[in-house]
Amino acid sequence: MAVVKLFGAWLSPYCYRVIWALKLKGIAYEYIEEDLSNKSPLLLQYNPIHKKIPVLLHDDKPICESTVILRYIDEIRPQNPLLPADPHERAVALFWIKFADDKSPLISKLFRTDGEEQQAVAKECFEMLEVLEEHALIGGKKFFGGDEINMVDIAFCSVAHWLGVIEDFAGLKIFEPHKFPRLNSWIQNFKSVPVIKDNLPDTDKMLVLLKRRREILLASKSS
Amino acid sequence: MAEEVVLLDFWPSPFGMRSRIALAEKGIKYEHKEEDLRNKSALLLQMNPVHKKIPVLIHNGKPVCESLIQVQYIDEVWHDKAPLLPSDPYQKATARFWADYVDKKIYEVGGRVWKTKGEKQATAKKELIETLKLLEKELGDKPYFGGESLGYVDVAFIPFYSWFYALEKCGNFSIEAECPKLIAWAKRCMQKESVAKSLPDQQKVYDFILEMKKHFGIE
Repeated sequence: MAVVKLFGAWLSPYCYRVIWALKLKGIAYEYIEEDLSNKSPLLLQYNPIHKKIPVLLHDDKPICESTVILRYIDEIRPQNPLLPADPHERAVALFWIKFADDKSPLISKLFRTDGEEQQAVAKECFEMLEVLEEHALIGGKKFFGGDEINMVDIAFCSVAHWLGVIEDFAGLKIFEPHKFPRLNSWIQNFKSVPVIKDNLPDTDKMLVLLKRRREILLASKSS
Repeated sequence: MAEEVVLLDFWPSPFGMRSRIALAEKGIKYEHKEEDLRNKSALLLQMNPVHKKIPVLIHNGKPVCESLIQVQYIDEVWHDKAPLLPSDPYQKATARFWADYVDKKIYEVGGRVWKTKGEKQATAKKELIETLKLLEKELGDKPYFGGESLGYVDVAFIPFYSWFYALEKCGNFSIEAECPKLIAWAKRCMQKESVAKSLPDQQKVYDFILEMKKHFGIE
């Protein structure tokens, strides 16, 4: 039986992307929590280029970058496909996954900035949501994947969960349901899916950790 | 139904070159449309409304955006000739990882080499060489990143070779001196017709960069 291990961090949306994919595919795995302020020698050995989580280990062979991991998982276990079979539909799905990859860092940037810089990031976040509302969620589908979630839904998890928590923390209001009705429906639908609902970091715990991290950040900025 | 393939492109774009190479490797006949990026066509804005960028591949009227996605699409649809991605899932993951690395690093760092001067440029040059050395290490003794034949990472990376002369002139350094194996790989790729026909002349690229520098007021 091939051994699957996942190096992750409980606060990271990229880590959850992989957890959900493994659960949707019914792949058993061992989870190893990394302390990102004190990375383990194993992590640095398995991901020497980026030194980041998540890292998937399959039979002692490392795979890095969450989107690369998702595609690997989808290919080794073809049941419950996470991407469309039609090449053009797949290309469209990959386009939105790339969009999610390119834009998701804005959400954590909201947390790491303040003042004018934060306002600029907030504006970019708003524009990202506008694009999703206008271009990605057309056709009245329940999920990006149609009737079931697929890799695109998973890729936008930062918008579904992390954005709201960071907005609460920072006292911002970027996402408003009445301004983004389609996106709002999608978020409700996505967070109701059992595998997602049962595997999301607790909001209160997140706020506590974010507060602590922010204090450290500000202290290092002023020193 | 006859296949209709159109590529909306801009001659110095390394991203456009990727798709040109992939189409040439597969022997696909297509219509090449050169875009004026200061005056984008209605077709481009219609086919890529989100980013309004080239390249855009249009296959039987349906657009595919983002160059690496285009290369994967071309590889899937025209799978019976010159496969670019390996069939083994782990090797595929490795190829995707390195193409992603090229995407994250080369364009941005390379851009800083010609757009900045002084200390900022020195930092950019150092970063670029570090990045290229990592790629050189990954190549190892293989003739191509794809092994014995041109593969996905080769297609993703080789277009930037057409910019090396311009970067060397702007930064006053030699990439070959630092990464001889990488340059040997690049020249090997250039011997392939699909690559040679898809990359512009390096002097032409340098002239283009000089014009861009003037336009943006960079000394």
